Amino acid sequence: MNINWFKYSSPQTFYPLAGKMIPWFTWLAVVLAMAGLYVSFAIAPTDFQQGEAYRIIFVHVPAAWMSMVIYIAMAGWAAVGLALNARLSAMMAQALAPTGAIFTLLALVTGSLWGKPMWGAWWVWDARLTSELILLFLYLGFMALQSSIDDPRRADRAGALLALVGVVNVPIIYFSVKWWNTLHQGSTINMGVAPKMAATMLLGMLLMALAFWVYTVAVALMRVRCIILERECSTDWVKELSTGGQA
Amino acid sequence: MQWASWSAFFNMGGYAFYVWFSFGLTALCVVWEVLALRKRSQQALRLSQLLAQN
Amino acid sequence: MKTAKKNAWTNAWLTVLKRDLLLALRRRSDIATTLFFFVIVSSLFPLGIGPEAAVLSSIAPGVLWVAALLAGMISLSRLFSADFTDGTLEQILLAPQPLALLVTAKILAHWLVCGLPVVLLAPLIGLQYALPNEALLVLVYSLLLGTPALSLIGAIGAALTLGVRGSGLLVALLVLPLYIPALIFGAGAVAASQHGMSAEAHLSLLAACSLLSLVLAPLATAAALRISVE
Repeated sequence: MNINWFKYSSPQTFYPLAGKMIPWFTWLAVVLAMAGLYVSFAIAPTDFQQGEAYRIIFVHVPAAWMSMVIYIAMAGWAAVGLALNARLSAMMAQALAPTGAIFTLLALVTGSLWGKPMWGAWWVWDARLTSELILLFLYLGFMALQSSIDDPRRADRAGALLALVGVVNVPIIYFSVKWWNTLHQGSTINMGVAPKMAATMLLGMLLMALAFWVYTVAVALMRVRCIILERECSTDWVKELSTGGQA
Repeated sequence: MQWASWSAFFNMGGYAFYVWFSFGLTALCVVWEVLALRKRSQQALRLSQLLAQN
Repeated sequence: MKTAKKNAWTNAWLTVLKRDLLLALRRRSDIATTLFFFVIVSSLFPLGIGPEAAVLSSIAPGVLWVAALLAGMISLSRLFSADFTDGTLEQILLAPQPLALLVTAKILAHWLVCGLPVVLLAPLIGLQYALPNEALLVLVYSLLLGTPALSLIGAIGAALTLGVRGSGLLVALLVLPLYIPALIFGAGAVAASQHGMSAEAHLSLLAACSLLSLVLAPLATAAALRISVE
């Protein structure tokens, strides 16, 4: 089968296609989340060191993974948008950013909710939490830049460039934070995946991560549809869509 | 099954606050994001409806 | 033919550098503002924390580096905005010489005007923080190696926010997270020498940051300027 991909790179043709894809991704996300929650709460055994509090990792670790995956995906769409001058790619980058920021925030909050019973402190300057905090700053910068530029073309391209600069810097920042962390904390607190994890724990985490992943796709498609409508609100096809009642 | 009773399940071995707050907040964020997006697309459609009438 | 082209590039580069330095010399209050900001910020900390020499010298590397970072940042908005309003920037964009090259001249001028004075003044402030001589020397080295990276990375932010409303605050939000590696290695170098360790590893990493940003930042800045001005 030969699909003409470029046909779907115009917002007008992509809008209904995204509309058709959203329910599939939404239901898949619900099913995966149900399965993931069942495994994480009903099947995964109690951790002998951390008790039941370890179950927070079933949201914390997938959220942290997604926060990084979304940033890379965002930079990827931004690069495509800049290289091919494709409007839709820039819109995708813009649509991913808020979801990425939410996952970053969730990773931070759940990380500190886990830290309190484990380390006795709400916040520990551990390398992962610190990098996650910096990642949140990067997301906020991207969103602030895009929202303060009125011309959408310029906002798209400026945001894309910033995302690319950010993605080059992320490994350097991560390395420097790790370096800083090992120098300043003699005892390394290893947050995250314990070396010996029961297979069911890993399965629960993977299922939750997949659910978050599919959810991200669904929400990004919803948001890109909003952005298309807002950008093209004065074009004929959107006017027809809004008055024809077939949203 | 890991749990002797429902109350043991809700108690989470004494870590109920931390565990349920984490999962609750995540659920809240998801629900809020979806509802906010639905509202946003309705607003955008209404705007272009107004533009179409004028 | 080739040498003629090279000469034209060097000439254009030197012209931009000289022009920016001349403009800065005519408005000396700008240089003074950056310096005063650095001095004031670093003098506030002892007032907030107390004059205990041991405490002050232990926080000195971080405080002085953060103050230098903020001082460099508040002066960023001047990098392109004057040229943007009077139309010079468009001329530079139209010049036949590569934009990334001309941008390095502007960044160098900015560093000479806003970065270098801070580097030279830092040991004086370090004395106020009871830093030993060796650490003072490392402080100067680290700032000398690190502040060029701050100017280079900052130029990307300044170019992206050119003519945008609320650009002063926006630049802070964009640029400060990217300054973190320089801050960690720079302050780490001073702290290492305070603890009697070698600062060499930190300084090498800092130099690597500066070199990497010297290669990449002018290209990104040039692209950002084209996006902002077009």
